[in-house]
Amino acid sequence: MKRRNFIYLSGVGAAAAMLPAIPVWGNEISVERALEYIDPAAKKILTDVAMNAARSKGATYTDVRVGRYLNQFVVTRENKVQNIVNTESYGVGIRVIANGCWGFAATDKMDKDSIAKAAELAVSIAKENGRLQSEPVKLAAQKGYGEVSWKAPIEKNAFEVPIKEKVDLLLSVNDAAMKGGADYINSILFMVNEQKYFASTDGSYIDQDIHRIWPTFFITKINKETGKFETRNALSAPTGKGYEYLDARPQDKIKTASGTLYKGRYDMLEDAKQAATQVGEKLKAKSVEPGKYDLVLDPSHLWLTIHESCGHPTELDRVLGYEANFAGTSFLTLDKWESKKFKYGSAEVNITADKTEEGSLGAVGYDDEGVKCGKWDVIKDGVLVNYQAIRDQAHIVGLEHSQGCCYADNWSSVQFQRMANISLQPGKKPLTIADQIKNVEKGIYIVGDGSFSIDQQRYNFQFGGQLYYEIKQGKIVGMLKDVAYQANTQEFWNSCSAICDQSDYRLGGSFFDGKGQPSQSSAVSHGSATARFNGVNVINTARKIG
Amino acid sequence: MAILTKEQAKALLTKVLSYSKAEQCEVNLNGSDGGNIRYARSSVSTSGGISTNSLVVTSAFGKKSGVATINEFDEASLEKVVRRSEELAQLAPENPEFMSFLGPQEYGPDSPTFSEATAAMGPKERADAVQASLNQAKENKLNAAGFLSNSAGFSAMMNNKGLFAYNKSTDVAFNITIRTEDGKGSGYATKGYNDYTKLNTKADTAIAAKKALASVSAKAIEPGKYTVILEPTAVAVMLENLFFDLDARQADEGRSSMSKPGGKTKVGEQLLDERVNIYSDPWNPELPTSTWSGDGRPQQKVNWIEKGVVKNLYTSRYWAEKTGIKSLPSPDGAIMPGGTKSLEELIKGTEKGILVTRLWYIRSVDPQTLLLTGLTRDGTFYIENGEIKFPVKNFRFNESPIIMLNNLEEMGRSERTVSAESNANYLLPPLKIRDFTFTSLSDAV
Repeated sequence: MKRRNFIYLSGVGAAAAMLPAIPVWGNEISVERALEYIDPAAKKILTDVAMNAARSKGATYTDVRVGRYLNQFVVTRENKVQNIVNTESYGVGIRVIANGCWGFAATDKMDKDSIAKAAELAVSIAKENGRLQSEPVKLAAQKGYGEVSWKAPIEKNAFEVPIKEKVDLLLSVNDAAMKGGADYINSILFMVNEQKYFASTDGSYIDQDIHRIWPTFFITKINKETGKFETRNALSAPTGKGYEYLDARPQDKIKTASGTLYKGRYDMLEDAKQAATQVGEKLKAKSVEPGKYDLVLDPSHLWLTIHESCGHPTELDRVLGYEANFAGTSFLTLDKWESKKFKYGSAEVNITADKTEEGSLGAVGYDDEGVKCGKWDVIKDGVLVNYQAIRDQAHIVGLEHSQGCCYADNWSSVQFQRMANISLQPGKKPLTIADQIKNVEKGIYIVGDGSFSIDQQRYNFQFGGQLYYEIKQGKIVGMLKDVAYQANTQEFWNSCSAICDQSDYRLGGSFFDGKGQPSQSSAVSHGSATARFNGVNVINTARKIG
Repeated sequence: MAILTKEQAKALLTKVLSYSKAEQCEVNLNGSDGGNIRYARSSVSTSGGISTNSLVVTSAFGKKSGVATINEFDEASLEKVVRRSEELAQLAPENPEFMSFLGPQEYGPDSPTFSEATAAMGPKERADAVQASLNQAKENKLNAAGFLSNSAGFSAMMNNKGLFAYNKSTDVAFNITIRTEDGKGSGYATKGYNDYTKLNTKADTAIAAKKALASVSAKAIEPGKYTVILEPTAVAVMLENLFFDLDARQADEGRSSMSKPGGKTKVGEQLLDERVNIYSDPWNPELPTSTWSGDGRPQQKVNWIEKGVVKNLYTSRYWAEKTGIKSLPSPDGAIMPGGTKSLEELIKGTEKGILVTRLWYIRSVDPQTLLLTGLTRDGTFYIENGEIKFPVKNFRFNESPIIMLNNLEEMGRSERTVSAESNANYLLPPLKIRDFTFTSLSDAV
């Protein structure tokens, strides 16, 4: 290792405190090791070992995932680098069907003997659990693709960018925020590379290389006299892109009366400067008068409402009851889909599932059970037309093949149904953000995501945001605070009256969609253009604690 | 690698340290074996077993430190990981917040965190426990969705300043949601223990089944301020947000509910009802936890809230030294002593109120006031004249645990419970609270 490639490393504790909990971060490794390449031919040999061992013990189906999961975190606060950590998690997960039941086992010992033993354990677990099964697993047919590969179409691998460049960026961001009046700032770059090799007894050997990046910051400003404080988080979207995401060009920016918004690429330094100003404005903002408002929701905010109230209820495992004990079920029951006329939203509302959208967090060539991915309609002209399904559910909704929604967050986690990129399609008529605001008499324009909560069947929700602007008679008249809106999913989407056109379409998303027991994280994007919702109930969240 | 004994761990860590050439070197060793079954629609949906081990070496030169991790334990690998951590430390910039490693510590007697019965659980024992639950559901023609997991693990740390710490522990967790076939009723129960023999999946399933049947066809009543009885599982998800906020640095910096203007904190203030006491104790027989924290500091019995007054905040070693406050690590569990009444007795003594089984999707709305939002779920009932009268539709609440613990009417007997949000275990009572704020209704069952 050369000094020019130095790594700042000061203990994992500080970074862990800053970042949401993930079951398996992996082992800490050097930058150089993160750039080493593992030959797919070597992985193929290991997957064949697992499949042969499982078959010899009685498995009727086996799939094997050799996963190498790389993460890099660069964590700073004010003028300090708190942490830089590279982690690697490398191992194999083996899933089998035996006695009509699923079994799964995983190991990080990458020798043939250990892998064969893990395969045998998976079969023994399946056989033991077979006695609990009411009916055998029914797996949709899936052709084998032979040896194929898929790579995320990135321009610049973030793991190849020198650490110093990343540190300099974050410290510049922090400096700008502090000079702009912030009292505290934490800024983070979080980069992910999933190198996944999938093989199954269907005859597929699939090698995939997936990249994601999330630059973000959290600013706090305190009124020293009153002790009141406000925060403003970054308006970045985590994205399925390379480091080019941080190289924003003029065409990647949308200038509005309230500030700059970002489309496709992100200017972190500019956003930190405007955030420092805006967090000061938030401290002085007027507390909202509760009541009914027309809401104009920016994609940096609306992605989360889409995620919770469109993405989750259309997951077929929830509809069927598999998540009943944890994430919950869904109000979008099979009878509503079978009726072919369930009015989920207004005629403006068209929602698609897409596992291939370029730059999205969920974009892959194949899912984690070897299904080639695609795009399909979920809500068409406001009517529920489809769900999101995987191989052992496809027959329930009359599909011959899976829709490719299976994913595991690590080689050591069993794959199960996860959300595709679920997006609200833009309006077909020309409509800008300024047009939207111009058409509102009494409303609130919300930018950025904040507090979020929804019930276990996805009816009742409450959302906050980062920035709230009061609209009166077609004009923004000032900033509000203490805002949250509550609605019922179906009423909310039926109140959707206008959606901006394609020129305003942007992706938001999350690295950390949680579901399952043990809980797993999944990264997923949600696109939309700025949309208007009429007559939504807004509450005031200010309280006193003495 | 199996669960290492104290002596085996000490021998391995001593060997690792013998390779060190750094000014300071600290080694953490962890291992765990576990398995789980998840089931729904009366069948197993996922199951699995995983075994992991990890050795983390931190080397330091002055205020420069480096960390490297490995999961191979042959001598060459052990030396390699030490060299890598030293290399990283030499290349790292100085960290102004780096603290020298601790010397030898007194941890007191071992805490009874390990159970042989739990460690011995395998696929058969897990399947047996789930079968007992499934049979209970099938007999009552109800749908069961549940999760059972067990694990055994150990942690050890040693450094070249003489510190050595070791602990082994086991954990078994079970939670179950029972739904009626028509989807109109849902009930929930959850239990967690160190000792598997305390778990009774059949009895827990029966509790969830009873709630499911009783909650069919819930009535809508107006949202507003109500007297509520929160079962311990519901109390856990509210109070843990208060526990999480007992961080000294956040409070000193003015950005938490524990802050006062001008860089002061609420330590010493009467923040809550004077009947509220919250403490942690690693030797509590019902909730045994490790006697040392991840950075080697001893865990001890600490009063966090005493008679409603904030007594202590936890802090990093760096912040404790900088500010001169007591250096207390955050605990692994929290205990709130209650009263002597059972949940049923609390209900009997309630003229009008709402019984809440479980709260769901708890999120912070305002960190300044610790205002939280979330919903009731899986068994919400209207109480009148000391009896459960009928099931009610679920509510969304907007409430702060600080406000809630100032509106305390009565406490029941404390029991061990599990947070459905964080999976952490606590010893908490059911609480009767007045003026709990429900802001809207949910049609979700």
